[in-house]
Amino acid sequence: MIKSNIKLLVLSFLLIISLRPLQSAEMVDPIKVDWSFKGLTGTFDRASLQRGFQVYKEVCASCHSMQYLSYRNLGEPGGPEFSEQEVKAIAASFEIEDGPDSQGEMFTRPGKPSDKFKSPYPNVQAATAANGGAYPPDMSVLVKARKGGANYIYSVLVGYEDPPPGVTLDDGVYYNKYMAGNKIKMPNNLMDGLVEYADGTESTVDQMAKDVTTFLAWAAEPELEERHKTGVKVIIYLVLLTILVYLSMKKIWSRIDTEV
Amino acid sequence: MSEQEYTPKSKAGKWFNDRLPLLTLGAHLTDYPTPKNLNYWWTFGGILTFCLITQIVTGIVLAMHYVAHADLAFASVEHIMRDVNYGWLIRYIHSNGASMFFLAVYIHIFRSLFYGSYKSPREVIWIIGLMIYLLMMAAAFMGYVLPWGQMSFWGATVITNLFSAIPLVGDSITTWLWGAYSVDNPTLNRFFSLHYLIPFLILGLVVLHIWALHVPGNNNPVGIDIKKPSKDTVPFHPYITIKDAFALLVFMIIFAGFVFFTPNVLGHSDNYIPANPLVTPAHIVPEWYLLPFYAILRSVPDKLGGVILMFSAIFILFVLPWLDTSKVRSAVFRPIYRQFFWILVIDVLMLGYVGAMPAEGIYLVLARVGTIYYFLHFIVVMPVVGYLEKTDPIPMSISEPVLTGRAEPSLARKVNDKV
Repeated sequence: MIKSNIKLLVLSFLLIISLRPLQSAEMVDPIKVDWSFKGLTGTFDRASLQRGFQVYKEVCASCHSMQYLSYRNLGEPGGPEFSEQEVKAIAASFEIEDGPDSQGEMFTRPGKPSDKFKSPYPNVQAATAANGGAYPPDMSVLVKARKGGANYIYSVLVGYEDPPPGVTLDDGVYYNKYMAGNKIKMPNNLMDGLVEYADGTESTVDQMAKDVTTFLAWAAEPELEERHKTGVKVIIYLVLLTILVYLSMKKIWSRIDTEV
Repeated sequence: MSEQEYTPKSKAGKWFNDRLPLLTLGAHLTDYPTPKNLNYWWTFGGILTFCLITQIVTGIVLAMHYVAHADLAFASVEHIMRDVNYGWLIRYIHSNGASMFFLAVYIHIFRSLFYGSYKSPREVIWIIGLMIYLLMMAAAFMGYVLPWGQMSFWGATVITNLFSAIPLVGDSITTWLWGAYSVDNPTLNRFFSLHYLIPFLILGLVVLHIWALHVPGNNNPVGIDIKKPSKDTVPFHPYITIKDAFALLVFMIIFAGFVFFTPNVLGHSDNYIPANPLVTPAHIVPEWYLLPFYAILRSVPDKLGGVILMFSAIFILFVLPWLDTSKVRSAVFRPIYRQFFWILVIDVLMLGYVGAMPAEGIYLVLARVGTIYYFLHFIVVMPVVGYLEKTDPIPMSISEPVLTGRAEPSLARKVNDKV
């Protein structure tokens, strides 16, 4: 009697929860990609990270900043792992403003690995003004800042379509299947063959979208590989310790007549 | 309390103990007679102590690197995540630790509700516990503001705006809380200061909570008074310490699972967008542990009414020991109350769920039904059921049988298993 009542309540509770997808059916679920960095032991695909950096540098970086990353991060373990020379060369290819010098003047110099990624605009207002009133968000933690994470970013990149009949778009607004509200101010910047990959991989839209999303996922969580590795060790340690403590507990409690 | 006088063996120990009886306290804590039939729901006190210490230790380290300024807070959190050695680990332990803390405290509170641990002579333990819970909510709310993301900013705006519902002086109070004319840098600064202060207030209350517990001793699953020390009790060490350690380790495995493999699942993705006073998020939702109260708040069409009801939902718990009219503590022997207990659990879960949903349509209806039931449970069900209910026979002691004279040591456990 009691149990059946409780079961009934639990069932009705589950029913309410299951109504949820019905209510929010207008949004299209992002495409599910089998990323190499998913799962308990997931790691980044090193080659994909390097290609993704190339896409970022040649395409995204003209509008999007990545202000929390430094060039040195590109050579650190768990990331694209460019060699020291490559990182230095990448950094040096940017002109960084520094100063003031002893005369009080600002000056520019080639970038160093310790510099932060150079932003395309001096500030948010400038970025907004140059992009038709829509601020291209900083991409440092973008993957963590969007519901759906990497799947969502990838889906938006490949989700450009002609608007369905009846939908009119203003100038500088584009139709995207996965974007909330389906309207996006970022044009479809990816087209087949846009970049020339150093490793000879064919640069299809899908390939570039996957590579740059992998790069952004690493940028948002540069600690991911170390976190996964440490996590596995910690859990194994805790499980072993738990077993030992459990056995000790059984032994200690065997002195009295009560089960534990 | 253990009544045997403790005398240190060494001369120096005796000299010190005569001046400050710390060793006596240690001996008391070690020998503290504890009911031997405590089940695993009783291990959450130790787990909560662990949670508090973890939050304090990780928090102190985070505060060494965090910058409480509206222009720098978000960047300083990214600095912790990227440049501070193991900063990501410390921050993820701290942010997930808050959730684990609340998970444990909710289990702890519902355990108390089920076994009647709030009843005489333990009312003061219960009330101190509720004060700890209130401070925990304040600390957690202010902590969530510190990263200065979108949810930080807008959550702070929504919650501080609640005070503007107070008639006449509401707006002045809100401005005073902000230290500005909106949530801004002064608000962030004072929230950081208070966020650092509150855990130590909690620590003080925890000492009082345990002190108050050690006066009557633990309640137990059978809910009867027991002689201490007796056949029904075991010394706290090693019996309870080892059991608490085992339960804590199981808890830590779950904790580590969140920290290492899905550290952001309990947070909101919008909080990785820097705070922007000009852009309001589509849905402003508090952290999961505050959702039931958020649902109660939004279930009332009137702002002031909602605020009063939300605070009443917490403050009604303070008079719970006097609303419950039953002479029997443990719900194990209360067939009717037991059912209402589970309805309350489901009611609170449902309120938490609708708190995360938009306040419209079916969700609003459910929030209202859930809110009404929540108050009915305490104001009507508890006094009336306690008065009318025919309780099951209660054993004379933990080791002794229920009125039959047949020895059955694990009786309490078997009764529990049926629940």
